[in-house]
Amino acid sequence: MKYVDEYRDAQAARHIAARIREEARPNRAYHFMEFCGGHTHAIFRYGIPRLLPDNVRMIHGPGCPVCVLPMHRVDLAIELAHQPGVILCTYGDMMRVPGSRKRSLLTARAEGADVRMVYSVNDALTLARQHPDRTVVFFAIGFETTTPPTAVALHTARREKLSNFLVFCNHVLTPSAITAILESPELRELGTLKLDGFIGPAHVSTVIGSQPYRYFAEEYHKPVVIAGFEPLDVLQAILMLIRQVNEGRAEVENEFSRAVTEGGNDRAKALVADVFELRKSFLWRGLGQVPYSGLRIKADYRDHDAEARFRLDVPVARENKACECPAILRGVKAPRDCKLFGTVCTPENPIGSCMVSSEGACAAYYTYGRYMETTHES
Amino acid sequence: MSRKPLQGRIEMSHGGGGRAMADLIDHLFLEAFDNPWLRQLNDQASLDAPNGRIVMATDAHVISPLFFPGGDIGSLSVHGTVNDVALSGAVPRYLSASFILEEGLSIADLQRIVHSMADAAREAGVAIVTGDTKVVERGKGDGVFITTTGVGVLEADTAWSPSAIRPGDKLILTGTLGDHGITILSLREGLNFDTDLTSDTQSLNHLIQSLSPWFGDIVTMRDPTRGGLSAVLNEWARAAGCGFVIEEQALPIRESVRGACDFLGLDPLHIANEGKAVIACRPEVAEALLAAIKARPEGRDAAIIGEAVADERQFVRMHTAFGGERMVDWLSGEQLPRIC
Repeated sequence: MKYVDEYRDAQAARHIAARIREEARPNRAYHFMEFCGGHTHAIFRYGIPRLLPDNVRMIHGPGCPVCVLPMHRVDLAIELAHQPGVILCTYGDMMRVPGSRKRSLLTARAEGADVRMVYSVNDALTLARQHPDRTVVFFAIGFETTTPPTAVALHTARREKLSNFLVFCNHVLTPSAITAILESPELRELGTLKLDGFIGPAHVSTVIGSQPYRYFAEEYHKPVVIAGFEPLDVLQAILMLIRQVNEGRAEVENEFSRAVTEGGNDRAKALVADVFELRKSFLWRGLGQVPYSGLRIKADYRDHDAEARFRLDVPVARENKACECPAILRGVKAPRDCKLFGTVCTPENPIGSCMVSSEGACAAYYTYGRYMETTHES
Repeated sequence: MSRKPLQGRIEMSHGGGGRAMADLIDHLFLEAFDNPWLRQLNDQASLDAPNGRIVMATDAHVISPLFFPGGDIGSLSVHGTVNDVALSGAVPRYLSASFILEEGLSIADLQRIVHSMADAAREAGVAIVTGDTKVVERGKGDGVFITTTGVGVLEADTAWSPSAIRPGDKLILTGTLGDHGITILSLREGLNFDTDLTSDTQSLNHLIQSLSPWFGDIVTMRDPTRGGLSAVLNEWARAAGCGFVIEEQALPIRESVRGACDFLGLDPLHIANEGKAVIACRPEVAEALLAAIKARPEGRDAAIIGEAVADERQFVRMHTAFGGERMVDWLSGEQLPRIC
């Protein structure tokens, strides 16, 4: 496939992997966090760990929209789905994320709720047009990449006077999550999280640009290399991070310059600003309450805000204590550190959200990475 | 062959046992499937007992949409069961066909489906010797469901089994991966995308019989339908108590399948196929077997894709084209609905 195979070329990979082995100093370890689940998935799917020397370690970050949504928001979605006349539209992965009391949108559907899997917010708009007598709620999740399409849908709904189209807004912000990790006690005080730099998001950065990461490089002295989601992008970014660390630099570098500019996509940002505003605080799985990290629908678009239409009152659920998703999302633990991993918690029967989405660290590791655990033949 | 399309729609009376049902059977099923057994107009087919062993398989077909590029539910219902029988090494001989029709189905559509079954049976060299028709109320079916049962004869002294796989045995795939699943997916409501793909649905019995000189060195074979190649290899690993290593670079996958999988976040190794087989064979014969498979049109894209290895964890691993390594796990999560 043109424009894709170029970024999956084995010969180029061998070349970069060789440079990484040469340049990574044997007397130290390198700990890099790939923020995005897209990178986590690529790392395991293309077998990148096998290409890295032992002292270059990847830490999986919280950039998986399905993973970071706390149980409480899932419970709210289930509650919404059970409201009379509602069609709840969701991305496929969200269906299986466990809420409290082992409920999920999938079990809600089995109980009779009308839950539909959609591929984009446009499918939800179409349903709203087809069913004027029903209330179509779009379960909006995701970082800055999925927010502009939701904004466009809200514009469309207003223009077409689709009063039966609502959005349950759970959009969250990447820079706030990175700040939460950099401010975490594990990193600043306890020393249980070692972090030498970040692989910056690919698609998110096409919207917000490379500029917002400068703060992390300057204030926290952590190098950031924005990288595409193809495996060569990831390898190249790792090499660039190693070089920055070796040279004592902490800069924002853009490996994904074929798509990311410094300022990002102004039109998308303007659309988002027109429809959404910051919440004072938003609850994340793993990161807890993070100030100014989530978006809500502005009062001007209140008619399309599911949280305003249905005044839902669902108690905040307690997460399963044995599930290590929170620590895994903060980069403090690896999937294998969780007692439930691979025994009680599997992709077929996920206990934590990280085992649900293919971008989740647990699911990616379970599906693609377990072979690395013990020595094997040949 | 041009046929005059029949008029009308399926009504409850077409399954009621009265004249409407008899007419449908006479003018459609008997005419299309015509053979000496059906002509006896019995409720059962009486078959001569063959020498050797009898192999039997059954398969229900519920695909939506009923018609798709490369085939329809009729041809699929023949190919699926013929292949299940044939992959034991047996020669498929007879099929039964049971139809569940939904009230309101266009009889012209049913006619197309039935004639497509007849053509597929003729090509495969099997006779549809007995059958049944039921009609369910509108909304209780999806046009038509077809269950076929196949009977074949295993003449050779053949008893293939995945438990006999040993480290070093080679894996041959008889053609490209994912054509059927992606074709059906492209037609799915809400997801329509343009593709030049067609389903790979086809009978494999002639291909498999052409490999008879090597039957003694074939360990087992399976068609990677639902769950794709990864399901077959993981099942085999469990049965044989070994692992497999496959080479991504060696996998025959069409560009359009790769593109669609990339776009939709699917793994071609999880996608269903309807006219392909994975064959495990002793390493000494792998090249000769591959050449024989490639010599036939059903197997022109065949390739040796990997081998069995000693691994008590029974992992299926893949050397990625990128130069790394990963596991090939069972499919989890949503299966594409109604693909076969």
